[in-house]
Amino acid sequence: MKLYLKIWRQKDRVSEGKLVEYTLDNVNTHMSFLEMLDTLNNQLITNNEEPVEFDHDCREGICGQCGVVINGIAHGPLKNTTTCQLHMREFKDNETILIEPFRAAGFPVKKDLKVDRGAFDRIISSGGYVSVNTGQAPEANTIPVGHETAEAAFDSAACIGCGACVATCKNGSAALFTSAKITQLALLPQAKEERDQRALKMIAQMDKEQFGHCSNTEACEVECPQGISVLNIARMNYEYNRASFLKFKK
Amino acid sequence: MNTQIRKIIMACTGLFLCFFLLIHFLGNTQLFLAPEEARKSFNMYSSFLTGNIFVKLVSYVLYLSIILHAIYALIISTINRKAGGHYSTDNRGRSSKWYSRNMGILGTIILIFIVLHFQNFWYVYKFGSIGLDPWGHKDLYTVVVTAFQQGWLVIVYVIAMAALAYHLIQGISSGIRTLGLFHPKFVRWINIFGMVYAIAICVGFALMPIYIYFTHN
Repeated sequence: MKLYLKIWRQKDRVSEGKLVEYTLDNVNTHMSFLEMLDTLNNQLITNNEEPVEFDHDCREGICGQCGVVINGIAHGPLKNTTTCQLHMREFKDNETILIEPFRAAGFPVKKDLKVDRGAFDRIISSGGYVSVNTGQAPEANTIPVGHETAEAAFDSAACIGCGACVATCKNGSAALFTSAKITQLALLPQAKEERDQRALKMIAQMDKEQFGHCSNTEACEVECPQGISVLNIARMNYEYNRASFLKFKK
Repeated sequence: MNTQIRKIIMACTGLFLCFFLLIHFLGNTQLFLAPEEARKSFNMYSSFLTGNIFVKLVSYVLYLSIILHAIYALIISTINRKAGGHYSTDNRGRSSKWYSRNMGILGTIILIFIVLHFQNFWYVYKFGSIGLDPWGHKDLYTVVVTAFQQGWLVIVYVIAMAALAYHLIQGISSGIRTLGLFHPKFVRWINIFGMVYAIAICVGFALMPIYIYFTHN
């Protein structure tokens, strides 16, 4: 198949970017979207042009590294899919595809389609952990965790941190990402000791990173590759309210 | 002040306004009575409301809620606009309802309506020259009936109620989750409740000017 591509090219963080048009022949329909970009880059390198930079790692849909906005939708037309798991059979011959980086105030563009998602790392390091004493690993069955609880915690833990929720949200809110981690840990007995501080700290960091307010449009859940539920956000609200208004000891 | 606190202020003021709408609606159902009976009972009810100290206190909370809800909506929208990304082609709309993305526009329509509504009745009742009915109460009923004999005003009211219905469908479910209700079963019930509440109240309100227009013209 033949494709007409319009790709966002930006030299670095400070430069102004623009959409550049490319034509790509002989695209195999079984190629993944990233393989199509690899093919384009081969063509660009052969022609002594600068290749298009984009993030990727596992290409199995589980690491959360890849992610671009394709025809105005984060991770492209397929719902609940990462960019690497999107295949060219979803597109038509001679189609024009517009590719842009994830955009939000909290996600500055580094180059071309690469964005700085360091804000997510800083949110996690502000409280998305469980403090344990070093030494021997404790016996695994000392603290029983019910099956339902373990499954619910795992549903939240399935977030791969790709940032599609932020790119999809009209407010550039990181509520789904932050709430998935807060909920996962709030459910587990090992992490309950720090739940109040965690909610307060992670939300404070989220705000500091210039993400917007969640207005419950629920778009994030629809586009999330892992289908993380928006009820995690409601749970985060509960955790925040509990820590702020119900607990007297801070 | 952080994002959570701003959202909690929006939720609390919004949910209070939703509750107020119910009381306002129940009081106004008297307009559906036969004209003479409606006139007597509606005017009596209005004068009872103005004389009651508790109602006066609630009315101050109401004014404050409207003002805070509007101010915080403006603050939140301004921050969100800066935080959100803009794309050359934007098809993100497929994953959410149009009214959930346009609460600000719906809210603006409602705010303009509130100003008009206050000017139509509240201002006339408080500061305007208004006649007395045969029972000695200010004749607000006649003011209402006279107003709703203008077709354009009826249309404006019906449009405002449509905007309000969509605003409430999103607002009730969103506000309650902001306050921390997260259980899937209860959230589902609240979504259904919010939808029924919003439609019932707004259709009911919209029927009032329509009913008066057709029965008094």
